[in-house]
Amino acid sequence: MTKLAHFHGGLELAAHTLSAPIIDSSLPEELIYPLLQRANSYATPTVKIGDYVLKGQIIASANSPFTTPVHAASSGIVKSIEPRIIAHPSNLADDCIVIETDGLDEALASSPCFDYQQETPENLRTKIHQAGIVGLGGAAFPTATKLTTKQDIHTLIINGAECEPYISCDASLILQKATEIVQGALILQYILQAKHCIIAVEENMPQATQALKQAINAHSIQLTPVPAIYPTGGERQLIQVLSGTKLPTKSRPAEYGFICQNVGTTYAVYQAIIQGLALTERIITVTGKGIKQPQNIRTRIGTPIKHLITQSGGYSKDVQRLIMGGSMMGIALNSDEIAVTKASNCILAMTSDELENKPVEMPCIRCGDCATVCPEELLPQQLYWYGRSEQLEQCQDYQLFSCIECGCCDVACPSHIPLVQQFRAAKGAIIIKEKQVEQANLAKARFQNQQQRRAREEQEQLAKAEKRKATIEKMKAASLAKKKPL
Amino acid sequence: MQFPTSSSPFSPSSNTVNRVMLQVLLALLPAIGIMFWLFGDALLIQLLLACSTALLAESYMLWLRKKPIKMHLLDLSALVSAVLLALAIPTITPWWISISGTLFAIIIAKHLYGGLGYNPFNPAMAGYVFLLISFPQQMTAWAVPFDVISSATVLDYTKTQLGLGFSVHEISTSPLFGYLAGKDWEYISLAYLLGGLWLLQRKIISWHIPAAVLLGLTIPALTAYLIDSTQFTSPLFHLLSGATFCCAFFIATDPVTAATSNKGRLIFGVLIGSLIYIIRTWGGYPDAIAFAVLLANLGAPSIDYYTRPKQVKLS
Repeated sequence: MTKLAHFHGGLELAAHTLSAPIIDSSLPEELIYPLLQRANSYATPTVKIGDYVLKGQIIASANSPFTTPVHAASSGIVKSIEPRIIAHPSNLADDCIVIETDGLDEALASSPCFDYQQETPENLRTKIHQAGIVGLGGAAFPTATKLTTKQDIHTLIINGAECEPYISCDASLILQKATEIVQGALILQYILQAKHCIIAVEENMPQATQALKQAINAHSIQLTPVPAIYPTGGERQLIQVLSGTKLPTKSRPAEYGFICQNVGTTYAVYQAIIQGLALTERIITVTGKGIKQPQNIRTRIGTPIKHLITQSGGYSKDVQRLIMGGSMMGIALNSDEIAVTKASNCILAMTSDELENKPVEMPCIRCGDCATVCPEELLPQQLYWYGRSEQLEQCQDYQLFSCIECGCCDVACPSHIPLVQQFRAAKGAIIIKEKQVEQANLAKARFQNQQQRRAREEQEQLAKAEKRKATIEKMKAASLAKKKPL
Repeated sequence: MQFPTSSSPFSPSSNTVNRVMLQVLLALLPAIGIMFWLFGDALLIQLLLACSTALLAESYMLWLRKKPIKMHLLDLSALVSAVLLALAIPTITPWWISISGTLFAIIIAKHLYGGLGYNPFNPAMAGYVFLLISFPQQMTAWAVPFDVISSATVLDYTKTQLGLGFSVHEISTSPLFGYLAGKDWEYISLAYLLGGLWLLQRKIISWHIPAAVLLGLTIPALTAYLIDSTQFTSPLFHLLSGATFCCAFFIATDPVTAATSNKGRLIFGVLIGSLIYIIRTWGGYPDAIAFAVLLANLGAPSIDYYTRPKQVKLS
């Protein structure tokens, strides 16, 4: 077995595993698809209100490498294209395509492919893009774009280390679809022409490990259990654990020959290439003490959260927060009318005893516990200090933008300072300031150009006037000279 | 259904300031027990005086500064300072000494600099130095255990005798000496060590500062001792006499006034350890610890600045 490295810090958090098998969600009455995909990247609707759509049909198209097509997850009629509250930290409304399902669940004919090796990697990437596949680990970065790289990729890493303690969708998927995941990994390896392929799972998933071991069989894929220390599931941390290489700040894994894909994404790639299916469903962990029956649910993307809650026995009495994602990095939603997206790996309903009953913030005692647990080896106490006094340049010197917002420092802080929240605010302030500086520079450059142009024009005019004067003088002199002999 | 929102993470914190302070107080219990056995009720009176003064001064300052009083009294930081100060001053000093020392520690060294988290100097040590400079006579007269007479500490005595031309061997035959260091003081030192090891095991403190303080003291002491054992006392004498272990585990480890990175903590600790040796051997005061800690406190921000992790660029 290969020797594993450790990343700096991290936390051993109690795992909340679910043993129940995956259930299939029933069909909701409405499916909701936000057009916003990533920051400022929107998909363009290709359907009109009243159109009849089939399962797997494209309803919005991609127009940049940062967007992917959106597919309907069931058959029905496009009811409206209107603002609905979306799963975003701002909890604001944004344009969504709303489909009223007809209960028939009619699907578009799929085009399976039996031997992917007959296809070029380029074709396979296009298929992955057309299937609307994005990173299902939570970041939702378009997979085809991630697979398009000029760098030489030596290692493909399939990430089966759950991102956060409450989330178990990846483990349950591995148990059910180990063979398909291995097939998906082989397809990805073929596309990237990567020499090595490693599937990483957490040490505390013995059943999933066993299932993968059987599925891998004779294939040359390495299966590596990694310690369940949060945030091992983070891309940069996982690469460090597996290879011992700590990626420098602001570098991308591909620059170092690594590409990481989540197991859910890998399964979606298998479905897209072998079965010819678009990404219209995913597994979502519905859990927390605020849910009566926590379970993993295979869900159509676009399903409103309340539909999943109803199938999980409803809320328990003391429910306090509804979170999309895990307890460490998720976003708190203000309503369960919001629909799940491709990025939704978990719906977490927390009660007050699971939540921190927010104790009062105390002054920082500079104990350094935050720096001890920081996986990026930053000094959160210094970032906090400079952020508080709005010394934004110092924040950047102390690598504020390397912060992955994992929340370890928050949990470790004995003074209960909301560090991550403050770092987000500082990042926002810096971005705004940079934009202002950029605009000011632009205005300055424009003004200087204008000044120069005016000065030049004046010069030219002066020169012209001089010339004219000179010509007149000459003519005068000439006429005088002509007159003289007379 | 509608829900309130907040910012991630949503997991509860694993620690609290008052839990940290409470465990520090608990870890001081063995030393308090031994000192009570040696010095009797006088110790309890000193503790009571210092603690009640500290709580009153803390409440008053919090009230003046319009800070939540209950929350900060419960953080127990004032009590930790008061107990450390009470343990450091001779048990037989007059009552107004411990009161004025505590007032100086809490009002001047702590709150005038911004209160918990903002004080550059260790409040207990600042209070101690204030007393030592102002009332040197009362501050250096310790009771002889189980007795009513007072005498100098063994560190003080050794220094004076060395100055008079006696050798270490001759001095160590004095009844003030125990097995290796001050008579009965060795037990107090071991009690601090015990409490300190417990704090390490509970992960309340990291090993860096205590180890560095002890090394910073032992290395010069051992070198000097090997060169001339008649003029320089043994490293064990330095470790077991005075408040070496108390300093290494309880005083130097005060997070507010120490360096914060592990590398910085090592430098900070070595600085304290070697300053203790220098001041004890060549300085004017044999009670070196308070001065060593305050000097190192001065250096902590610079140590932090120069021991930043690699990826933090120096601008």
